Amino acid sequence: MEGYEVIFAGSNFIRLLSGLWVTVRISLISIGFSLIFGFIVGIAMTGRSPLIKALCRVYLEIVRMIPQLVWLFIMYFGVTRMTGLNLSGEAASVIVFTIWGAAETADLVRSAFQSVPVHQFESGRALGLSQFQLYFFVILPQAVKNLFPNIINLATRMIKTTALISLIGVTEVLKVGKQVIDANRYDAPDAALWVYGAIFLMYFAVCFPLSLLSRRLTERKE
Amino acid sequence: MNFWKRITMALCASVMAWTVSACTGHSDEKPDGSGDGDLYRTTDEIRADGTVRIGVFTDKNPFGYVDNNGEYQGYDVYFAERIAKDLGVTLEFVPTEAANRVEYLETGKVDIILANFTVTEERARKVDFALPYMKVSLGVVSPDHAVITTAEQLRDKTLIVVKGTTAETYFTENYPDVKLQKYDEYNEAYSALQDGRGDAFSTDNTEVLAWAMKNPGFTVGMEALGSVDQIAPAVTKGNTSLLNWINEEIVSLGEEQFFHAAYEATLADVYGTAAAAESIVVEGGVME
Repeated sequence: MEGYEVIFAGSNFIRLLSGLWVTVRISLISIGFSLIFGFIVGIAMTGRSPLIKALCRVYLEIVRMIPQLVWLFIMYFGVTRMTGLNLSGEAASVIVFTIWGAAETADLVRSAFQSVPVHQFESGRALGLSQFQLYFFVILPQAVKNLFPNIINLATRMIKTTALISLIGVTEVLKVGKQVIDANRYDAPDAALWVYGAIFLMYFAVCFPLSLLSRRLTERKE
Repeated sequence: MNFWKRITMALCASVMAWTVSACTGHSDEKPDGSGDGDLYRTTDEIRADGTVRIGVFTDKNPFGYVDNNGEYQGYDVYFAERIAKDLGVTLEFVPTEAANRVEYLETGKVDIILANFTVTEERARKVDFALPYMKVSLGVVSPDHAVITTAEQLRDKTLIVVKGTTAETYFTENYPDVKLQKYDEYNEAYSALQDGRGDAFSTDNTEVLAWAMKNPGFTVGMEALGSVDQIAPAVTKGNTSLLNWINEEIVSLGEEQFFHAAYEATLADVYGTAAAAESIVVEGGVME
């Protein structure tokens, strides 16, 4: 069998696509939660309370310090060992990617808000805007312009990092690819290049629309 | 500092886990579905549940892999299917990796690991190994026109090895007068053998047997050399009822030569001849 034939042999292509769907599903859910929690934490970080600021800082540093793979093992195996609670591999993945994504989003939100010049806040207050009006109509539109490209960048990083979840038993697209290559290792030893090529295109098909979206949204804000 | 970060981390993790599971609504369920403190399930609990969870590899052809139709195949899988049949329960495959086999057992997320699991002292402290059903040792492959069949024949000859393998250590320690030619990669070593840069090549017997099958003109003259590693099923530490059941199963399967049948069905295409079966298969848990 030739290498490229392996991609379409049997149900391989369908399996690769369903693996891709696992990757996309887990990434999208995690990114969604990350945005919600990230905005809340990020706004809290721009507030005045030093205690809240310090707590957020500690959270961010802890998340950044520990590799995602370790987080996945803690959430999938560690939690079961400590509490007897049995999370599914997908649930554990979503939690870990949300903890990580929210921390990164929060830091992006914080820096985006802080990049808005102080006189914008002061002018808004001088006009007698309420706190909500000030943030929603004055600060947010200016902050979001800088925020979008960074959020999209984070989202594509998260999509690519989901390759780790096969280590907690979730069969995502890269793992399916390895299975396909290995099943044909004696009949089609050169299949690896073709299968990895197909997976490259699949990742590209998912990530490229995101960067197009980011470009369009940024342009509109100009 | 490090200590406190760990504590905070553990707290964050458990709070998050608790929140999410409370939302999804299956928080109280233990992995073994019972109220007792152990994470593993006894043979009776597995039978009562009607499903046995067995951890296998999904990309280690021919031991555990998923074929082009999405079906689990291989030597380990063949045995797993028999275990489920004899337990009278349905089989649930859990995909595992070399790096997480111990964790899967320690947390009771699988009942049995059947993933080409080599018995080592260090692992035996964390999991309970049953009787072996396979063994791995060193093999030596050489060209047909000058087959090497004993280690003595290698004296003053050049043997190709891959750096960091058991073969390198074994020949350095036991046969210092064999000239070793060392390579970083397997494919470099095989090219060297094909080009005649060495008289023979040694590494795991499964590896050289599979290669010799695909490359006419070369023969595995020595199929089992050096210390023999045992491959065995493993269960969670302390799960004696399941361990005893598997041991009895392996002994009784020996009477019908089950693992030779498994070899024929899954490994013969890759490793060839009946002689090769004798250097790989372990029947009834008895090592010669």
